[in-house]
Amino acid sequence: MTALLKNKQTTTEIGLSGQAAVLDLTGGLYLPDEDALLVADLHFEKGSSFARRGMMLPPYDTRETLKALREAVYRFDPRVVVALGDSFHDVGGPERLGDEERATLSEVQKGRDWIWIPGNHDHSLPESIGGRVLSEMTMGALVLRHEPLEGAGAEVAGHLHPVGKVVMRGRATRRRCFLTDGQRCIMPALGAYAGGLNACDAAFKPLFPKGFTAYLIGTERIFAIARSMLCRD
Amino acid sequence: MPKSSVPILPKVFRDWFKSRGWEPRAHQLELATKAREGRSVLLVAPTGAGKTLAGFLPSLIDLAEERQASPKKTRSSLHTLYISPLKALATDVARNLEAPVQEMGLPIRIETRTGDTPAHKRARQIERPPDILLTTPEQLALLLAHREAGELFKGLRRVVLDELHSLVTSKRGDLLALGLARLFSIAPDLTAVGLSATVREPDELRKFLVPQRSLPSPRGGGSERVSASGWGDSATLGEVALPTPSRASSATSPLKGEVELPLADLVVVEGGAKPDIRMLDLKEALPLAGHTAALSMPAVYDLIRKHKTTLVFVNTRMQAEYTFQELWNLNDDSLAIALHHGSLDVSQRRRVEEAMTAGKLRAVVCTATLDLGIDWGDVDLVVNVGAPKGASRIMQRIGRSNHRMDEPSKAYLVPANRFEILECRAALDAVHEAAQDTPDARIGGLDVLCQHILGMACADPFRPEDLYEEIRSAAPYAGLSWEDFEACVAFVATGGYALRAYERFAKIVKGKDGFWRVRDARVAQQYRMNVGTIVEATMIKVRLGRTSRSRPGTVVPRGKILGEIEEYFAETLTPGDTFLFAGEVLKFEGLAEDAVLVTRANPGTDPKIPSYEGGKFPLSTFLAARVREILADPFEWDRLPRQLTEYLLQQRRRSIVPGPRDLLVETFPRGGRFYMTCFPFEGRLAHQTLGMLLTRRLERARLKPLGFVANDYGLAVWGNGDIAARVGREPGFLDELFSEDMLGDDLEDWLAEAALMKRTFRHCAVIAGLIERRFPGQEKTQRQVTISTDLVYDVLRKHEPDHVLLRAARADAATGLLDVKRLGMLLQRIRGRIIHKPLDRVSPLGVSVMLEIGRERVYSDDADEILAEAEAALLDEALA
Repeated sequence: MTALLKNKQTTTEIGLSGQAAVLDLTGGLYLPDEDALLVADLHFEKGSSFARRGMMLPPYDTRETLKALREAVYRFDPRVVVALGDSFHDVGGPERLGDEERATLSEVQKGRDWIWIPGNHDHSLPESIGGRVLSEMTMGALVLRHEPLEGAGAEVAGHLHPVGKVVMRGRATRRRCFLTDGQRCIMPALGAYAGGLNACDAAFKPLFPKGFTAYLIGTERIFAIARSMLCRD
Repeated sequence: MPKSSVPILPKVFRDWFKSRGWEPRAHQLELATKAREGRSVLLVAPTGAGKTLAGFLPSLIDLAEERQASPKKTRSSLHTLYISPLKALATDVARNLEAPVQEMGLPIRIETRTGDTPAHKRARQIERPPDILLTTPEQLALLLAHREAGELFKGLRRVVLDELHSLVTSKRGDLLALGLARLFSIAPDLTAVGLSATVREPDELRKFLVPQRSLPSPRGGGSERVSASGWGDSATLGEVALPTPSRASSATSPLKGEVELPLADLVVVEGGAKPDIRMLDLKEALPLAGHTAALSMPAVYDLIRKHKTTLVFVNTRMQAEYTFQELWNLNDDSLAIALHHGSLDVSQRRRVEEAMTAGKLRAVVCTATLDLGIDWGDVDLVVNVGAPKGASRIMQRIGRSNHRMDEPSKAYLVPANRFEILECRAALDAVHEAAQDTPDARIGGLDVLCQHILGMACADPFRPEDLYEEIRSAAPYAGLSWEDFEACVAFVATGGYALRAYERFAKIVKGKDGFWRVRDARVAQQYRMNVGTIVEATMIKVRLGRTSRSRPGTVVPRGKILGEIEEYFAETLTPGDTFLFAGEVLKFEGLAEDAVLVTRANPGTDPKIPSYEGGKFPLSTFLAARVREILADPFEWDRLPRQLTEYLLQQRRRSIVPGPRDLLVETFPRGGRFYMTCFPFEGRLAHQTLGMLLTRRLERARLKPLGFVANDYGLAVWGNGDIAARVGREPGFLDELFSEDMLGDDLEDWLAEAALMKRTFRHCAVIAGLIERRFPGQEKTQRQVTISTDLVYDVLRKHEPDHVLLRAARADAATGLLDVKRLGMLLQRIRGRIIHKPLDRVSPLGVSVMLEIGRERVYSDDADEILAEAEAALLDEALA
């Protein structure tokens, strides 16, 4: 609420395993040395996935996610885009994608090396969706994969949808976040309907034996929060 | 009207009354007569007037005569359906009804059906229905969605709606009204009886009981009212509406040709003896804030000692816990004192209820869970700790004592702070004048309608035109537009979005014949799992833990479940925190799977976390106005205890005591910050919303607000900008700050982020069937299929701001957690009547709200502000 927050600050730069990494307010991560944009857990067509089971969620989640994706892509105009898995909520997702959304996706992909890494939700992807599919890949010192691998060195992964919860004098907020110890980075989910797993959850502990800093995505900028300031749900 | 009581009551009934040494009461006979005439009736009577028997008597007579005429014949459908707001009440009434039926030897089968009824019994109830079924609105909805509903209800003669006044003010009332409309369609000869405590607008309840169709103006005019007092026994019959040729009388307006909506007949039983009700007057000065009434506890204990059975009512669970604890600390005589509130484990509650009925308890400390008409035996005193909050509420509670209406009920009001003295005074006056402040009738929620439409599709295919007409015959939906109805049908089918993406997944499908049908059995199953309108805050179990033998120092979840607490309270706890629950001080050990793991704290430990729920009910508009009047009129002060008079005199010396319609705004500096306090007296919810909007506006005016707190009487805002100086430069500043246009864009902007709005939306989404209810224990296995409604809210708000669910949520916000409606009234009331008083320090009135700082939450929905503060902590750590 204070005046200094008024100007939107869309990016925050950190160091990751010896190279620069730019955290973006949309939830994307840009590696300037590689001219690559990484995004995780887009969960396209989660809404229609629920609708199949009788829960008619507003069918606008894919548009909303694409909007964020497009914003990040246009901000950095990267040579490479890597989607770190669970890009679709289920295997039938690409087939349910609406015409308008399909067009937007093609437009964003155009002229870039687009790489899909499959996740547990979208283990197979049709060719019609564009780009190429790699089970995992290396970028400089970093391995890019969907599910973080315990004991592995420098990596960027998704899968876990980290969120951080902060309580200050009785006021609480829960936001998506990047978790990093300088070597590994777990990215937030970018999907509009993607839920979150609290950063205090036991699942994160073996990945960061020496602790981590959480970069919480606020409304106007990203905030670096110490592990000790985070609360459980 | 009955010519005489003789032909109405069959001999066996007259004999039974005689054998008990009773005379049938006038209103009981009146209801029997009206039933014979096929008329629906609202019976308004105080507690102890024999309301329940009056409601059932016609059915018992009818069934007795039917059996006598053809002893062999058994009914294939229900005769009478009884609906109560509480499971426990249904069970209690069934028990009370069995007694006369057995004593008269009537061959009548009476059964209850609640969530606890085993599956085989439910199935049997549909195959071989009892004569009288006692149940709840949710169970009625389930029965009506059953394929056999038509068969089950086709012979239904009568519906008895108990505690109707409490049902109609909620979404459960909407659901009940819709169910009733369907019952009238299935069984057109049905009559309904509503049993109610005294209410402000009985006509609203009368509408509820008869189908709302525009009838032709009845010949001979509408209902004429006559005074029929002076006959029967002690019960004096007040107004009785004369029967008219139609089944329901229509109140015609004086304008020729205009017909108002139909009303049920009205039978009013005037209250018996005036209640003996006083305020507990302590000689000691009460604190200026706080709700625990700690100082009064010895006096309350003394009252319990001097009476046979006392009900101690409090407003919140936390107060219940605290009061119970304090009374036990004082309990040198080892009196049997028990605790009863909604968070306790069911078995524990049942034990308390049984002990109470058996007369084994001297006192029960309880919350609203015991507000309604359950007969708990011989209560001879009611103590209400804390603010009464509403005149009708307090009268209901007082009615719990002395269940015989001819003897005065005895009650004490115990104010917990100095302001509550004012509120108690206002409530005493209201009780004395028998003034009522029951809430306005509801406009039926669209979310409830969505649920109902799916239920109706599960029962039978429907033609939309027919269902629309049926729904509009329910009073809360009488004004429903065809467009809204269609929007709800579309929502049920595919979500009703402008982007028609889900046609192939539709839950209900319109056939070529124009009928809507449910798609498959799975959809019907989904409906059954999600029926009802009560969406509790997500609750989490409290489990007692034991120290592990193999690993000393660790606690394992091996103990019993103590009850449940709200998830959001559990979220604020950190291991080691101590808090009061189930009458004990517990230590929070951590979260274990689906439960909060606790251990018993060492004896003598003070609970560290003071509360897990604020005052639940906001101060009623009516009492608030009275409080303002008492405050504004120094002659009234004579009737107040000295400690309060002195306090008000001080306020007058140091600042101003505002007039009844004025808004006093005080500004003063304190500790390097600038404070603004104001006293609208419109209840905590409206004040919270006002606080949120004021801080947004102050922010825009560059006055750098930092936070605010609110209670039932006023609010305090503080910040780094000098508001008084600004008013000095711009005399109209405060008028602008408090202008009604804050309910426009400012409100909309805030609603985008507001946590309370998101919670309201979640409730609507669950009720309407957008998402499934979460059942305890499901969380872990169902992580993939749960969805955060906050995310849905964000997306829907951006893409379809006028979607039917958002409209339902906004309608709720207007009267619910955000109380926007009342805020609107407040802003209108104070227009041009703001009195600014710049002070050099806090005024006596101001202290009361300032004391809430640190006690109440400081409200803010600005995530970045919270995050910035947390980030600063990281920097501090790095620099240290």
